[in-house]
Formats: sequence, structure tokens, C-alpha cells
Amino acid sequence: MNITLTLNGKRRTADIHPNAKLSDVLRQLGCASVKMGCNEGACGSCAVSVNGRVINSCLAYAAQADGGTVETVESIGSLDHPHPIQAALVEEGAVQCGFCMPGMIMAAKALFDKNPSPTDAELAIHLDGQLCRCTGYEKIQSALRRVAAHGAPVPSPGSSTKGGRS
Amino acid sequence: MKRNFNVVNKSVRKIDSLSLATGKPMYVGDFKPADALIVKMLWSPHAHARIVSIDTSAAEQLPGVHAILHHGNVPRIVHTTAGQGFPEPSPYDTFMFDHKVRHVGDRVAAVAAETAEQAMAAVKAIKVVYEELPAVLSIEAALTPGAPVIHDEPEAHVPIPVPYEPQRNLAARVAMEVGDFEAGLKEADHALDLEYFTDYAQHCPIEPHVAMAHLAADGRVVITTSTQVPFHVRRIVAQTLDIPVRRIRVIKPRIGGGFGVKQEVLLEDVVALFALRTGRCAFWKYTREEEFVSSRTRHPEKMRVRTGVKKDGTITAMGLDCITNTGAYGSHALTVVCNSGSKILPLYRAANIHFVGESCYTNLPVGGAYRGYGATQSSFAVDCTMDELAELLGIDSLEFRRRNAITSGETSPVFRALGEGKAGVEQSIGSCELDRCITLGARAIGWKKRGRWQEKTGRFRRGIGMAALMQGSSIPEIDMGAASLKINDDGSFNLLMGATDLGTGSDTVLAQIAAETLGCDMDKIIVYSSDTDMTPFDVGAYASSTTYLSGMAVKNVAEKVAKQMLEVASAMLECKAREIRLENNRAVRRDGQSVSFGEIALRALYGTDQHQIGAVSSRISHKSPPPFSAHFAEVEVDTETGRVKVLRYVAAVDCGTAINPKLAEGQTEGGVLNGISYALTEQYLFSPKGKMLNAGFSHYKIFSMRDKPAITTILVPSYEKTGPYGAKSVSEICINGPLPAIANAIYNAVGVRMRTSPFTSEKVWRALQVKAAAPA
Repeated sequence: MNITLTLNGKRRTADIHPNAKLSDVLRQLGCASVKMGCNEGACGSCAVSVNGRVINSCLAYAAQADGGTVETVESIGSLDHPHPIQAALVEEGAVQCGFCMPGMIMAAKALFDKNPSPTDAELAIHLDGQLCRCTGYEKIQSALRRVAAHGAPVPSPGSSTKGGRS
Repeated sequence: MKRNFNVVNKSVRKIDSLSLATGKPMYVGDFKPADALIVKMLWSPHAHARIVSIDTSAAEQLPGVHAILHHGNVPRIVHTTAGQGFPEPSPYDTFMFDHKVRHVGDRVAAVAAETAEQAMAAVKAIKVVYEELPAVLSIEAALTPGAPVIHDEPEAHVPIPVPYEPQRNLAARVAMEVGDFEAGLKEADHALDLEYFTDYAQHCPIEPHVAMAHLAADGRVVITTSTQVPFHVRRIVAQTLDIPVRRIRVIKPRIGGGFGVKQEVLLEDVVALFALRTGRCAFWKYTREEEFVSSRTRHPEKMRVRTGVKKDGTITAMGLDCITNTGAYGSHALTVVCNSGSKILPLYRAANIHFVGESCYTNLPVGGAYRGYGATQSSFAVDCTMDELAELLGIDSLEFRRRNAITSGETSPVFRALGEGKAGVEQSIGSCELDRCITLGARAIGWKKRGRWQEKTGRFRRGIGMAALMQGSSIPEIDMGAASLKINDDGSFNLLMGATDLGTGSDTVLAQIAAETLGCDMDKIIVYSSDTDMTPFDVGAYASSTTYLSGMAVKNVAEKVAKQMLEVASAMLECKAREIRLENNRAVRRDGQSVSFGEIALRALYGTDQHQIGAVSSRISHKSPPPFSAHFAEVEVDTETGRVKVLRYVAAVDCGTAINPKLAEGQTEGGVLNGISYALTEQYLFSPKGKMLNAGFSHYKIFSMRDKPAITTILVPSYEKTGPYGAKSVSEICINGPLPAIANAIYNAVGVRMRTSPFTSEKVWRALQVKAAAPA
């Protein structure tokens, strides 16, 4: 079947198997940031934003995103213009192997988009599904605290500010 | 000795971190060609069985299937999957495919097909007739006389002269005795004889094992793999497939975590042979379930600690008997149990020391290298024993450790007695700030206010416990690291290293060492690691060796390059080389006249007496200087449910000079949380037939941000003269603290001694019931 979606601000079409997972299709469409750590929705590495909601894309069918808007970490910051969350994580030394980072960043961004100054507890609850085995989360937490202290990060053009992971 | 640093000892930005955070394609899976064949494995459903017949004819006819591998059509060459130096201290007991399976999840047959679905369909269509054999599912069962023999194949042997008796399921044995242990026990005023057990655990890198192979235009096999040991991969794949080393190139891109589990050659032989057989790129990635069942684990270990102590606190005898369960194969069997002795016994002074380490085969998942490497297990046993001894003597357990711990200038007979498959290397302790670690950690946790468990009441009771730790930095006179360095036109440098950054930040740390030595900025160092065609040899990322050992290789190669630059600069500045300093990317004469590194490079490359400024250097170590650490945990125990919550954790660590303090803290925090989650929740549950029942993150609990306590890291500086800019290791020691510190804290809270990990609610609750039922 054919699907059409707005991926990172661009209209894309894909010829997919009806059973294809969104995560696999996003990777086929060139979004290498969508990482696969468990394929059962338990590690959060594949978290992306679909119509403003962060989901584990390994648990979603690509067909469900037909006609929708999908954002991955590729769209929110670049080497020259990193998103404030990315900049803070880098500055705090929170990126070790980095495999969990795209999902972590997408999940954190969803929270900051609706709550620019979350408490530690709000951060921890919101990021409960994002596993990292390298850092002990200490530096990730201090980076996100730093973002929270500076108030709302400026949303990148085209990014959605509504919704978040429920 | 230089201690005012420009680049070293600074928390410079980890060089790959922004690329990683912006999601750039950098891992093995990101380089998979669209037309790669997908590999899937048929795994053994039985713990122990012979393959009577295997019929792949139906599977071969299925659409998309290109090749199937099984024991009938691959070379039968015995080897070890342990990615260790040659000859390996692990037994040769593994075949690429065998006619016998030895655990649930052992290899039976592999399929390469156009799609994952087609490969899975073919796996299901392979018809195998098994003859089930009685399975050995515990250490006790393995060592019972007459137990089923797991490695009855005639080829099984050890490549080095060490004890190996597969006919009685003994994969390794090591023993040492110093003084007269029995006499030491008799001499003691108090003696303790305690048993401990630590369970299976998995490393859980968020990126599971993944590898792919394709044929280059010249017919060579190019393997791109998520490995800690690219050079060992090249050697072991060559051995397993019986092809020359020169026909293989191994590339290690960014790695999504390893923690020891990727010090193993598990996928590379299969993808390489598929590439050779089909001419196509073959790609294989483990599922999470496969990662748990069919990769490697922490060896479960039974430990008996016998100690004697005088009233004044002198330890007269220290005895440690360890038996690990290495599972179906003896990967790292000898060296892990060896490290249970060699990394821990030197920590506390004792005149009479006894150590026996054994490892037995079972039909369970396979042990391997795991951060801490045997020291994690024995730290638990030994440090909990220290806590009990201190209590017997009525001495503050912190004081008791302080009095008995090794310090700077001392040696231990254990260093010489226990090596890795051979005698050890004698060393005396150089830098040691353990005492200060204890002082600072105790202050941070509030040790003095901890009180006794007898004084605590109420449903929720709090307690504080501690542990003192040591590890090593590289394997002395075994490990080797190398680097090469060359200058470019603009005064930048290519630093090529065999050292393997698996997410730790070693590329950054090693670039800092190079920049410090050359007198340039960090952004002038372009790091490339690791690629067996391009970079010099390195044993790989294990044994806490990269900063210390590869760091010395990098420092040395940078010194060689600096010398060549000074020669060119001296011609340009018309003065003697010794009158020139390299600093701020310039060569500066005494009077301030200077030339830039770019100008030096242009002259060398294009001007007079043209030559490439560059060098290669390698290093071994004659020492393995231990980092030291004191860990403190505050816990709260729910006496009604047995639930243990860690409220606060403090790790004070002496890793010498922290080359990059933030990254050193990150190593510590990550290792500590992994250790906490191992102490409280991580365990393998098995069916009665040896099948793991909880092979996924939904049922094998690793901690999330929500579960973690506040972790405070205190870096306590020292200066290790033999290390690069005073550095020692930091990555492994930190995982050893939580088991003993939390067990000791539980005791301080509620008065029960937990000697079997993990300390689940159920176990703690049962221990509380036993205690309540016991006569006061």
C-alpha cells in the first residue's frame, strides 16, 4: 500500500507492506536517528513525534501515520544550530554511547513543549520509558534541569507544540 | 612531571556527542545497504541435545533464501568466542556450528534471505531431529560425580597450560596460598565462615549486537561490527573460517554500549561466511531476547569467605573459595574467577591468604566479560564480610576498613601469585587516596548519624552502608595499545588508534592527551578508531586499559611527533630545538618569535627537506595500578513488603588524574546505577528445563530515571606516575560498590544480612520473617 506523510516538514510517500512498523519505514526513508533497542516498546530508543504525540515507533504501524505529521530528531536541531535540549545534553557530558539519545530528546522535547519548567519528578515520570544504560541518568537530568531553568526552549520551525506523551 | 594542564583534566566536550545527539548515521545498522541479505538464526530449544539430523531442503526452496549454514556445511574448527589476546586463556570449546547443542539459545542453523520475514520463514522450515540429553542446570549438579558431560567432544582443549577437565565439567581452576592459612585461622580471636551467591545478569547495551559483512572489489571480507575488540574479531574470524587474517578487514563505527558483552565474537563469523558464500552483504542484528539468551552474561558465582581476625583488628587469615557458572561455554571462565581473587584480595592486608577459583560448565546461558569482571562478585562477598568482622570486634566498620586497607608504597603477594592464565606481575601501590575517599564519602552521606539497626523502629527503616573497592588499569605484560599520528597542511593532526571507543568517550580522552602533549587545541585532533586496515593494533576496550595503556601509547606518539615538529621549527626559527616550546598551536622561541603548526606542516610537506611529520607508537604496561573507591548507600527498607529503596548514593573515586572529569563522573554514575539495578532487581528466571523466562525489558528490570537515587560522584585526585598525565582507570571499579554497600545498608536498617543477590522484596521479606521467628 502507499502512504503519504509529512516527515520532518517534507511531504513523503512510501510503498509499504500493510504490516510494516513505523520505525522500519522511517529508517527506510532515511531517518537513521530512529534507533531500535528492543522492538517491543520497552526501551524508548525509537520514540518519535506523530501528530504532536511522542510514541514508540516500533509499536506503531506505518499505515497509522498515513496523512499525518512525523518528526524525528533530525528535524529539531543540527550541528550548527542544535536544539537547546541537544546543546544542554552535550555540554553536560550526558551523551555517552548516544544510542538512546534521539528517543530521549524527542520525549524530553514533548514535555518541554507543553511545560517549559518541569520539576525533577515531572521529568523522571515523563522519561520513565527512555532507557539509558551508560549514564545513570545523572547528567541527563542535570542537562534537562538546565533547560528547565532557562525556560521554554524555542521551538524549531515547523515543530508542533501541542500534545506530548500521556 | 607536568601538573598544570591546558587540555587534560578539563571537561572538554565529548567530540562525537553533538553528532550523536543530532541523530547522524554513525552505528553499524545505519550503514546497512538497502539490498543487504538479512540473517536469522535457528536456536536450540533444548538445554542439552544431540542433533540427529538436520534437513534444510524445504527451507532452501523458500522465496528469497540465499544460503543456510549448519554443522554439516561449515568448517569444524574449535575456538573460543572470547575476544582476548592470543593465545587466549579461555578454553577452545566452541565450533561455528556443532552437532550438539548445549543451552537453550545455542546455534543450530543460520539463514540469509532477502528480507527478515523470508529468513524467519526459512528458519521455521528447517527440520531438526534432536536426541535430548539430561541437562545440567546448576553449579552443584555440574560438579556432582557422574554428571552429564557437557563438553565430551575430543577437540575441547586449552591453548595455554592451565587446568582444564571437561570430563567433569570443570572449565577452569586456579589456586594460590600465601603463608599458612589454617594456622592464621587458629591464631585468630574471631573467625567467620560465610557463603555468598551472585546471580546471572546481562549488560543490556541499548544497541544489541549487530554486524554485517560484504566483499570488497578485491574479494576481501569487510566486517562492520559493534565490537570492543576489532583486532581480536579479525583474528578469531580468520581462525574460525580458516582464511588468512589478511583477507579480513574489521571496521568499528560508533558503538551503542558494550560493558564487556561486545568483547566477544558472536556474529562476525556468520555474516563473513554468508558474504563469502553469496557474494552479497549479509546483515545480522540480535533481537533483545537473543541479547539476553544467546549473547553473554555475568558469570553467577558462589563464594565462601573464611576469615580470622584478632581483637585488635588485625586480619590473620583471609580465604576465598569461588566457583563460577560459565554456562555452556568457557568464555572468560578462567580469567573472571581469577579476577575475583586478584582484584580484591590485595585490598585488605592479611598475613595468610588462601584462594581457589573454579569455573564449571552448565547447560545455561554463557558467561563472559562484564564490567567489573569477577571483582563485582567477590567485592560483595569480601566487603560484606568486612562489615561483619567489624561488628564482631565492635569497631566502626569504616575504621576497620581504613586500618586494614592497602596504601601507597605497599605491595601484596597476590599481585605476583595471580595473573591471567599465568603468574601475575609484582607491583607496589603507587598512587592511593582510598583513605581520603572514605573520609569524603562518609562526610557526604552523613555516616556518623547512621545509628544502629537495633535503635530503628517503624515500618520504613533507613540504613547506611559502605564498601571499599579497588580494580586495576590494564592487564600487565599482556595488553598492548598503539596509536599513529600525522600532521596535515593546516597544522591539524590525524590520530589513528586501535583503541575502541564503545561510548565511553575514550576518543575524546585520548585526543585530550594528544592535544596536551602537542600543545594544540582539541579541534586540531581528528580521531579515527578503529579499523584493522587503517589503525595500529590495540587489544581493545577491556580490562580498564584504554585511558591508562592506550593513553600512554598516544602520549608517546605525540611526543615523537612533537620532536619532529621541533626539528622543522628550529630550522625556521634559526635556533636550537630545545629553545622552542610548543604551545597554543605554535612553536615559540624564547624571545617570543614563533611559527604556527600550519607553517611547520607546510614547510615539511611542500618546502625544504620534504617529509611527513608522523609516527607510530605502542605501549605495554608492567603495572596495573589500581584505582580506589569508597561507596556509600543510604537505603529505606519497607519491613512489611521487604522492598528496598536506595535513597542516596555517594561514590568517591581515586582514578588518578581524571583526564576529563565530566566523563569520569559519567562512567562512575553509569556503573553505579547499573550496579544498583543489579543489586535490587536484575535476575534471570529459568524454566525447569533451562529456558530463560524473562528475556525482555518488560520482565527484566533495568533502572530508569524514575527509579534512580541521587548519585553523588566525588573525584579524589591522585597522580599515578606510570600513567599518562597521572591517570588510572575509572570505568569498571564503579560497578562493584552497590552490592556490598546496599547489603551493608540493609543490615544497618533492619539487621538482616543479605548474602544472595539480587535483594528482591521477596528475599528481604523472607529474611525479615526468619529474623522475627528466631529467638532473640
